[in-house]
Amino acid sequence: MTTILFYLFSALLLGAALFVVLNRNPIYSVVGLVFAFMNLAAMYFLLEAYFIGVLQVLVYAGAIMVLFLFVVMLLNVQPDRPHPGLIHPDRWWFGIMALIFVSLFLLLIGQGVRALLTSPAEDAAGMGSVADVGEALFTSFLLPFEIASLLLTVALIGTVFLAKKKV
Amino acid sequence: MSWSDLNSTLPELALAVTALILLILEVVKEPPRAQFAWTALGGIALALVLEFALPIEGQFYNGMIALDHFSRFLNVIFMITAAGAVLIAVPYLRKSLEERGEYYALLLFATIGMMFMAKAHDLTILFLGLELLSIPLYILVGFYRHRVRSNEASLKYLLLGAFSTGFFLFGIALLYGSTGATHYDAIRQAIVSDGQLSPAMTLAGFGLLLVGFAFKVALVPFHMYAPDVYEGAPTAITAFLSTGPKVAGFAAFLKVIITSFAVTTQHWWGIVWVLAALTMTVGNVTAIRQDNLKRMLAFSSVAHAGYLAVAVLVGTYDSAFGMMFYLAVYAVTTLGAFGVVALIEGEEETSLEIDGYRGLARRSPFLAAIFTLAMVSLAGFPPTAGFLGKYFVFSAAVDTGNTWNIWLVVIAILNSLISVYYYLRPVVAMYMQEPADETPLPMSRVAVPVFLVLVLIVLGFGIFPMMLVKSGVAAAGSLF
Amino acid sequence: MDTFDLLATIIKVVIVFVTILVTIIILGLAERRVSGFMQYRLGPNRVGPWGLLQTVADGIKFLFKEDIIPDNVNRPIYLLAPVITMIPAFMTFAVIPFGVPLEIAGHTVKLQVADINIGLLYILALTSVGVYGLVLAGWSAGSKYPLLGGLRSSAQLISYELAMGLAIVGVIMVSGGLTFNEIITHQQATSWNFWKQPLAALVFLVAMFAETNRLPFDLTEAEQELVGGYHTEYSSFKFLMFYMSEYANVITASGFMVCLFFGGWDMPFIDEKALGHWGVVLSVLAFVSKVGFFLFLYIWVRWTFPRFRYDQLMRLGWKVLLPLGLVNIFAVGLWMALRA
Repeated sequence: MTTILFYLFSALLLGAALFVVLNRNPIYSVVGLVFAFMNLAAMYFLLEAYFIGVLQVLVYAGAIMVLFLFVVMLLNVQPDRPHPGLIHPDRWWFGIMALIFVSLFLLLIGQGVRALLTSPAEDAAGMGSVADVGEALFTSFLLPFEIASLLLTVALIGTVFLAKKKV
Repeated sequence: MSWSDLNSTLPELALAVTALILLILEVVKEPPRAQFAWTALGGIALALVLEFALPIEGQFYNGMIALDHFSRFLNVIFMITAAGAVLIAVPYLRKSLEERGEYYALLLFATIGMMFMAKAHDLTILFLGLELLSIPLYILVGFYRHRVRSNEASLKYLLLGAFSTGFFLFGIALLYGSTGATHYDAIRQAIVSDGQLSPAMTLAGFGLLLVGFAFKVALVPFHMYAPDVYEGAPTAITAFLSTGPKVAGFAAFLKVIITSFAVTTQHWWGIVWVLAALTMTVGNVTAIRQDNLKRMLAFSSVAHAGYLAVAVLVGTYDSAFGMMFYLAVYAVTTLGAFGVVALIEGEEETSLEIDGYRGLARRSPFLAAIFTLAMVSLAGFPPTAGFLGKYFVFSAAVDTGNTWNIWLVVIAILNSLISVYYYLRPVVAMYMQEPADETPLPMSRVAVPVFLVLVLIVLGFGIFPMMLVKSGVAAAGSLF
Repeated sequence: MDTFDLLATIIKVVIVFVTILVTIIILGLAERRVSGFMQYRLGPNRVGPWGLLQTVADGIKFLFKEDIIPDNVNRPIYLLAPVITMIPAFMTFAVIPFGVPLEIAGHTVKLQVADINIGLLYILALTSVGVYGLVLAGWSAGSKYPLLGGLRSSAQLISYELAMGLAIVGVIMVSGGLTFNEIITHQQATSWNFWKQPLAALVFLVAMFAETNRLPFDLTEAEQELVGGYHTEYSSFKFLMFYMSEYANVITASGFMVCLFFGGWDMPFIDEKALGHWGVVLSVLAFVSKVGFFLFLYIWVRWTFPRFRYDQLMRLGWKVLLPLGLVNIFAVGLWMALRA
């Protein structure tokens, strides 16, 4: 059952991701990305990391992507011109680069998967629960957490400074 | 968390609090706002005192950061750079009536980011430090919101910076996936004891990390953004941009390579070799053709990144020491050079061309002398400290006896010869050509300390280098 | 999961779904009758005894009207938007418990469709997804009023979600859990969170009105300015879907509020769990009457407060509710630290 669901969500996730990249209409792309995030959250649920899954929906699908949509709608971005096609005489180097990249990537993934097959990851009990995440965040990852808060402050200052009409 | 953990980050805390105070002052205080710079300087001074008042060493926050001579040496450079940037900014911002608290606050936040990069002993902290450094810079580059070039530079920097951040983060993810660790020591252990999932994945992760670093320190071919960003940014920011982040990037680069990846040298030295050779050649050759001083200095800083990459490539104790020395001198010299450019620059970005420097010696002998000194040091003439920096780095490379390293040094020396041409061009213009108008340049007294420090370090350490050598050796020693 | 549990779950799903639908029908009528009462007029009273069948008649009318799809809409998204709005609206109620567990033939049946260990976050997550329905509806309609409504709604919902989340944090802190059962049991053992954290309750209440796009925060569909807001171009059954989602959201929000701050199914001074089946009945009655009160409050507020202007709305959300929510968290933390 879990395996079937895994393949189902994986297929949907990849499909949605491809849709995001290949689509020429930015709004469709945003919607596709939201759908991809949903499927990602479903994968987390399958791994029993409910908290991370819900955060994925709440933060990425729910909050950040709405802002994406907001911006795309506000700027009224028009659908891109039709694609001249990937295979074009002037773009031979394009294809070669893509080929190199894809083969490298496949090599990496293949190695990773093979290694995982021989030594599967341990199943950590209760991993990803709210309590676990909270505890890790405030003990072993305290410093990164605090630096991240500084980072957000800076981003906030910058946004206000750059965006405000009259400062 | 214990008190010693907290103590280990006190300097950063002091800077953060100062930055927040500045933000509040910005709201409360009416112009003129001379206090802003003094507040920022006070914060930096406090941080400097704290850095030395708490001579603790070791790893803190579960090994996330490491305090040693290395981090202290660099932190002092960062704080001097930050203080210099503040001092240069005072007359510069006054010219355009943009004296704002955010400017200094963001400068301090960026400094905190650099300090964490030097202290980091874990890729998580390194990444966050890098971001805490980059984001304020994106904003500061676009600080002159009404100038199109400033906006353009900011956007370019942001977009390309976001890309490099993506590479960097993806590299960390791959490394974590393969070695199960983000801690420098743990990564090395995983590589040494073959505790890694897949060596290819580790290398790919390192490669992506390399791209991220190469972007941050502007190695060719990841340097494309540098000239435009340096030129478009407010000159006072360019001064900071071309020193602090470059020093922080190289320091973190060196530390990561030596602590975690020294054992895999045979896999990547070729790439770094090519990067180093390309960087110095492209940087120097392109700098020749520049008439705009900001662009020229931008390409010169690209070229210097190439020399520094040699030190990273060699990766021995000697080269690490050479790099420490080089970084300290480079930071102060470049800061001073850009400081002069910022002071000479008229309102609305005039007199940035080399023609604007004609006869400067008559209009402002002091600035002309300082600029000459900076140029001479960047070109690497004795008896300046710039010469010693190059000497230490190159001799460390030659001492390895590796033919490839020696060839790289040959390229580097040829490049240094090329650089003499463009470094001396403004000097010739200043001393041997007639000025367009004879009016003396008004000189701001605030920026004088920056130039005095420059003279002190470039000439003082050029002739009596022992003090800097000692601390540089200690800093390099912490890495091994 | 054995057959009994499966069957019980299916029955619960059906009951909850039907109850929500029926409540929507009642609410649709109540909205108009109570409005009439408040404005000293009669309201619809012709269809059926006391006008009880009015909403049913309206529903049938919606079903049989011509389904118009304007020419310049973006079809796929236009058709998708009502669905995106409706599904989360009906899914959220799943985690809200509406009574003490029922004992039948040796089995314990929780009166709650799904007891997941992050129930609170589940609701927040689904609400945040529901925003897409409004935004996409506004955009796909291809005319300017819906677009404005959609943009307003996304800004409004995101802003008030923050205040809502902060108000909830205080509750989570004292009850030490993210499930509704933990929160309600804790309230039953001590006292209602409303008495302990009135500030959080107030912030939550205001945010709840904004999240459900109800007056005084119905800027997304402000008739005077935007015709009908995001659903201007929708007709017939698609309009009905938006209409139903809005009421479903109102019902869930009331349930949410009751569970968080008013003890959920808890009836004061009575230990429902000790009373057997009567306790179950009592608890369900308590829950229903509390939710009923908040549904009434929705209508009451509608005719009491005028609509906010957009800048006032944003100022209230960011400069008043957000700081208040933070103050509440600090106060609760301080209180907990002092007591510990």
